[in-house]
Amino acid sequence: MNTPGVTTDVPEISFLTRLWFAWLCSFRILFDARFAGRVWTVRVPAPAPLPPRLPEVSRALQLLALLQREGRFVDFLQQDIADFPDADVGVAARVVHEGCRNALRAHADIEPVRAEKEGAPVVLEAGFDADAVKLVGDVKGQPPYAGVLRHRGWRAKRLDLPEIVGGHDARILAAAEVELG
Amino acid sequence: MTRFAVGIDLGTTHCALAVAPLEADGVPLEILGVPQLVAPGQVEARPLLPSFLYFAHETEGPQALPWQAGRRFVVGEYARSRGVDAPARLIASAKSWLSHPTADRRAGILPLGAPEDVERISPVEATWHYLEHLCEAFDAHTGGGDAALSKQDVVVTVPASFDASARELTVEAALAAGIEKVTLLEEPQAALYAWVLAMGEAWRREVRPGDVILVVDVGGGTTDFSAIHAVDDGGSLQLVRVAVGDHILLGGDNMDLALAHQVGQKLAAEAKVPDRWQQASLVHACRVAKERLLSDAKLRAAPIAVASRGSALLGGTLRAELTRDEVTRTLVDGFFPSVGADARPAGRARGGLTQLGLHYASDPAITRHLAWFLARQAGALGVPAAGRAPKLLHPTAVLFNGGVMKAGPLRERLVATLDAWLEADGAPRVRVLGGADLDLAVARGACAYARVRRGKGLRIRGGTARACYVGIESAVPAVPGVEPPVSAMCVAPFGMEEGTEAELPPHELGVVVGEPVRFRFFGSTVRRDDVAGTVLEQWKGDELEELPPIEVTLPAEGRREGDVVPVRLRARVTEVGTLLLEAEPLHPLKPDERWRVELSVRGEG
Repeated sequence: MNTPGVTTDVPEISFLTRLWFAWLCSFRILFDARFAGRVWTVRVPAPAPLPPRLPEVSRALQLLALLQREGRFVDFLQQDIADFPDADVGVAARVVHEGCRNALRAHADIEPVRAEKEGAPVVLEAGFDADAVKLVGDVKGQPPYAGVLRHRGWRAKRLDLPEIVGGHDARILAAAEVELG
Repeated sequence: MTRFAVGIDLGTTHCALAVAPLEADGVPLEILGVPQLVAPGQVEARPLLPSFLYFAHETEGPQALPWQAGRRFVVGEYARSRGVDAPARLIASAKSWLSHPTADRRAGILPLGAPEDVERISPVEATWHYLEHLCEAFDAHTGGGDAALSKQDVVVTVPASFDASARELTVEAALAAGIEKVTLLEEPQAALYAWVLAMGEAWRREVRPGDVILVVDVGGGTTDFSAIHAVDDGGSLQLVRVAVGDHILLGGDNMDLALAHQVGQKLAAEAKVPDRWQQASLVHACRVAKERLLSDAKLRAAPIAVASRGSALLGGTLRAELTRDEVTRTLVDGFFPSVGADARPAGRARGGLTQLGLHYASDPAITRHLAWFLARQAGALGVPAAGRAPKLLHPTAVLFNGGVMKAGPLRERLVATLDAWLEADGAPRVRVLGGADLDLAVARGACAYARVRRGKGLRIRGGTARACYVGIESAVPAVPGVEPPVSAMCVAPFGMEEGTEAELPPHELGVVVGEPVRFRFFGSTVRRDDVAGTVLEQWKGDELEELPPIEVTLPAEGRREGDVVPVRLRARVTEVGTLLLEAEPLHPLKPDERWRVELSVRGEG
């Protein structure tokens, strides 16, 4: 039977050859770590290949496409707004703001890092999360640090983007539109 | 084994599914996140599945879902948004087509005006695809097997005003989608179940014996009224649905369109005309502006911006404003005018069988439709023992349902109008049953009812909302050009409960063997006292409403073709909630001989 797969590639080996090979292997497994490692992987069946992980960049592109779809974000950034009066920018900003805000709220939970009002005094004890809070100004000395909250910071608690099916080209942030008829 | 109680809101514009385990009491029910395409190749789970179906063109490739790679059509959010680009390939409002009085509802008629490469489908098939999508989403979520939707107790909601054939077609679509244990529930009842569920035991303090609860359900595409009577039954409170209204194709979408039309005219005055694509965004922008204005009394106007079609956002974006004044004039005064109790909707006649299209309500005033409903149903509680008969049914409480009715000013106007009518008729004002989050109430209520059917909790009674009549042509000499007079014989009385049979009427009909015989068919939502067999020689114009005809075909087995066989019609209401008519021959050739009478879905066309 010549079914495709791994098993048909394995040659039939006679008993004497196998005896010699077993003797040889026992020594190589003892003294050759890399050989031992290769034999080890053979004794367990190979796991099914994992589905190819989506590259992170396509997630970023997906977010851009989402903000474009819901709030014309890419259109807005790609247009040169220097020559337009503020009123025009304002009108466009409403479209972008409403759409992108809804899209963001539907797909992510974003909360301030610090609950205090900006301008409120803040004391940071030793061991504070330096990723979440950044010291600015006259940065020196030892904790506790007493200062004033200048920016509350933002933390994304959740980001759920749509699942990608059907192998569409993630680089297309918005398809060109051709009207027929 | 059945593990879950499932409620499906099969809406004109959206579907939703609520689920709760049957065994564990007190476990809150859950709204299923329905995976659906939201953009090409992007699937997202959302609580609402828009009831839209889009037929992809061959250039668009397969429309893959996590459970099927090679699908040629799209259901849900992407169908709706893609339909704006290519409207001829989109099916919308399939549910309204399902109750269309004259279209052949099993024929491939949708989308109307579809291009040649689209294989048109019937309203039943479209409904089936929406339910199928929910089935697949449910099975993907629970893992299928024992927990597959086909094995669960499923309640599907229909408008209270759906007639017998529209109900039957809904069940047909559900069975085709693989839902084996399906039961129908009227939407306003579902809303009340949801309210009871949300209130917990507190509901018993809110509703008193003698209360008449008016459910005003204004959805995206339809408006539905029901009256539910709370009666004292030996110390325990019983709820009985005593009346339902007509089928009114009028809803929140009409309101958004009306506002968009207003704003569109203002834009046109500035020589800025939105194209079809911008029109869709304009309607959406108006809905958002409307919701802001109706929820914030201090706001005088809300800005509206509609993006240009091309990639240049600045310079091409249309700007307008929706003012409080316009919203008040268009919505509050336009859709909820303060009218007298004797107001009637204009142009109620259903006639117009000539062209294929949906029978949208010709009068947008919901208060006029309500006045008509209450006046028609003045006798729904029976004749008072003493004193003057009321001019209208007197509700004592109102329950609102549907997204539109979240708007305070609309509720206030409706309640104020209703109170004025009641006061004039010597009745106390109504209370508003509130305090419950009615988001997705119909799906929640349907799920609660699926549990109630297992004997857990209070059940609304009431049976069928219509008495049904068969038209019998009188044997008089034919006069050219004059239709022979028709009398109507009651075959199914008002208020038949599920799983019951009507008495066999004494009168018989003659049916020709071997050929289909059609009978005219009528329904009445107001004649409560006719028993099976009652023959009406005449009736007031609007007491009886003509429904699509019924058809019976007697096979020729054992009988001579062309013979006339006398039969009697027996009506049954199935456990599912549909009406079943059967013809029993007076002289059966074998025991239990009977034939199914088809409720025609083809109409006159």
